[in-house]
Amino acid sequence: MIRFSKSARMLAVVAAAGLALSSCGSDNKSDNASSGSSGGSELCGKNLAFLGALTGDAGALGQNMVGGIELALKEYNDKHADCQIGLKKFDSQGSPDTAPGLATQIVNDDTIFGLIGPGFSGESLATGKTFFEAGLPSISPSATNVTITQQGWTTWHRVIGNDDAQGAADAQYLTDNGAAKVYVVDDGQDYSKGLAGKVTDTLGDAVVGTDQISVGQTDMSAVVTKVNAAKADAVFYGGYYTEAGLLAKALRQGGFKGTFMSGDGSEDPNFVKVAGAQAAEGAVLSAPAGPPPADFGATGLYATQSYDAANIFLAALDDGASTGEEINTFIGSYTADGVSGPIEFDENGDITQSKIYAYFVKNGELDVENPQAIS
Amino acid sequence: MDFGALFGSLDNFLSFTMGGLVFGAIYALIALGYTMVYGVLQLINFAHSEVFMYGTFAVAWVFIALHGTGSATWSLGHAIPYLLVALIAAMLLSAGVALLLERLAYRPLINKGAPKLIALISAIGASFALAEAMGLRDRIASWVGLDGKLANYVAPNKARDVFSNPVSIQPHGLFEIGGYKVTDVDLVIVVAALVMMVALDQFVRRTRFGRGIRAVAQDPESAALMGVNSTRVVQLTFLIGGLMAGAAATLYMMKIGSTRQNAGFLLGVKAFTAAVMGGIGNLRGALLGGLILGVMENWGSAVFGSEWKDVVAFILLVLILLVRPSGLLGESLGKARA
Repeated sequence: MIRFSKSARMLAVVAAAGLALSSCGSDNKSDNASSGSSGGSELCGKNLAFLGALTGDAGALGQNMVGGIELALKEYNDKHADCQIGLKKFDSQGSPDTAPGLATQIVNDDTIFGLIGPGFSGESLATGKTFFEAGLPSISPSATNVTITQQGWTTWHRVIGNDDAQGAADAQYLTDNGAAKVYVVDDGQDYSKGLAGKVTDTLGDAVVGTDQISVGQTDMSAVVTKVNAAKADAVFYGGYYTEAGLLAKALRQGGFKGTFMSGDGSEDPNFVKVAGAQAAEGAVLSAPAGPPPADFGATGLYATQSYDAANIFLAALDDGASTGEEINTFIGSYTADGVSGPIEFDENGDITQSKIYAYFVKNGELDVENPQAIS
Repeated sequence: MDFGALFGSLDNFLSFTMGGLVFGAIYALIALGYTMVYGVLQLINFAHSEVFMYGTFAVAWVFIALHGTGSATWSLGHAIPYLLVALIAAMLLSAGVALLLERLAYRPLINKGAPKLIALISAIGASFALAEAMGLRDRIASWVGLDGKLANYVAPNKARDVFSNPVSIQPHGLFEIGGYKVTDVDLVIVVAALVMMVALDQFVRRTRFGRGIRAVAQDPESAALMGVNSTRVVQLTFLIGGLMAGAAATLYMMKIGSTRQNAGFLLGVKAFTAAVMGGIGNLRGALLGGLILGVMENWGSAVFGSEWKDVVAFILLVLILLVRPSGLLGESLGKARA
C-alpha cells in the first residue's frame, strides 16, 4: 500500500506539474521551432537518469553507456546555452537486488524526466513495474531479454534487438556456415536461457545435445566430454565471457575442432584473455550492435545505443513534450536513423528493425572493427 | 536423467572419471588447510578459500612481471621456469595471508578463551574482508599512490572483473585412457598433489614439529604442560596450510588460467566438503575426499546435467554426514597416529 500511495502521489505531482506548465510549454514551442532553442521548456535544468552497472563485473559496459549519453548531452547543451540538461547516474552494479532501491530514488526525484537504462535484463525485470507505475519513460540501450517487453509496461523501450532476434540470427549463421551438429550450453540465467533457448528452437534437429553449467563454474571437463561424445561440429554458448572463455579453452584443450559461438554477453576482449589467444582463435561472438562510426566521440559496446536513446529524449524535449506521458507518446511515434541503426518502436517498446552482427576472434584478438552483419 | 551419457561407453565413463580426478586433486590440496587447522584448533577456517585466492593472483602477477601483459600460449615445458617462480610467490603470499589471518582474526580470540563459535564467525568475516580487499585492489593501489605503476596488476576500474594469466598453458596429450587424452598438465597436477600429500604426511609423522602438531591436536593442555609452545604450533599449522593453498593455486592457474576476487568461495566450500568427507582433521582423508568429490561431481554432471554438479557434491556431503559423521577415514590428526 505504501508503494501504491507513493506512486500515486508521484503521478499526481507529474500530472499537476504538466497541467500547470503546459500552457507556457506550448507557447514556447513556436519560438523554439524558429530559434532552434528550447530555452522556455520547463524541462530545462532538469536531468536524465542513467541506471546500470558503473562498477563491478560489468562496470565497463555501463561506462560505455554513460560515455554515449554524455556525448549526446554535450552536443545538446553546447547548442542550447539557455537550456542545459544534466545526467544523474545510479550505479546498480548490474544487480537485480540493488536496482529496485535506486529505482525508487529515481521516481521520487522530480528533477528527473526520463531514464536511460536499466542496462541489463535482470534489473529491468526487477524495476520495470516501479517506473511504469510512476509514469517515467525509459529507454534501455542494452537489455535484451525477450520477456521485458511482454510485461505491459508501456513506458519501457529499448533501442536494441532482443534475444529472440539475436538467437535466430545466430542459429542461421551456424547453419549457413555448415554446422550440422550443434551442442548448446547455457549458464541458467534469464538472458542466457532466453538466447540459448531461441538458438535451440531455431536449429531444431541440428541440436545434438544441451547442457547447463553454473555461473562461477571453472571445471568444464564434463561438458567437454559430452560435446566430444556427441561428435558436435559447433558449440553455442549462452552466457557471459568468463564462463564462455573457460568453456572455449577447455573445449580446444579437449580436442574439439568445430566452431565456438556465443552471444553479446561474451562479446568482450576479456573473452580472449580468459580463453587464451590460441583457444579463442576463430570464435564467433554475436551482438545486436555494430561498432561506432569513425570519429564518434564515445567508445565501446552500447555507446551508440546510449547516444541514440539520449537523443530521443532530447528530441522529445525540443518537440515540446514536458510530462512523462507526453514524452512517452513522443517516443512511441519516434522514427529516425540513429547512429546505431534505424529506430522505430513497436507497440511493446521493442525496436522494429534489429541489427545483429557477428564478431570474430582473429590473430589472438577480438576484432571489434569489422563485424559481419548477420540479420 | 541420462545414465547413458555416463555408462553408455567405457570411453565416456573413463573421460568423466579422469576429468574429475584432476580437479579432485586440487580440491584435496586446498582441503589440507581446512583439515590441519581443524585438527589443531577444532576451528573451521572459512577464510582458507581466500588464502587460496590470493595465491592464484600471485601466479598471474608473476607471469605479468616476468612476461608482460601481452597474451601468449606456451607449452608446459616452456612455462616451467615461470611456474616455479610463480609457485614460490604463490606459496609465500598464501602463507603470509594465512599467518596474518591467524594473528589478526584468531589469536586475539583464542587468547581470550572465546568460544569456538566466535572464532568461526571471525573466520567468515575475515573471508569476506579478504575477498573484498582483493576486489578493491585498484582503490587500495591508488591510496598508496601506486595505481599508475600497478595498472597491469590491478586492471583499473575493473578490479572485480576476471583477472587472467597473460600466458595460457597449452597442454599436450601424453597418452590416452579410454577416450581421455591424459595431458602433461593433468599429470603434473595429480602427481604434484600426491607428492605434496605424502611429504606433508611424513612431515607430521616424523619430525619434531609434526610431533608438536599432533600433541596439540590430541590434548592442548597436556601438550602445554609438556613444554609445547602451542602458539608456535598453531602458527606452523597456518603456515603449512597456506603453503599448500599456494601450491594448489599454482596448479589451478596452470589448468584454468584466470581468477577473480571471489574465485575462492566455491572452491573453498568444495575443499571443505572434501575435508569433511574424508574425515576432517585427517590428512589422508583430505586426499581421499578430494578425489572422490571430484569424480562424483563429474559423474553427477554426466547423469543429471552440469547444472547439478554442485548439488551432487553437497548431497554427497549430507549423505556421508548422516551415515558416517566422522567422515570416511575418521578424525585423526592427533589420535590415530599419535
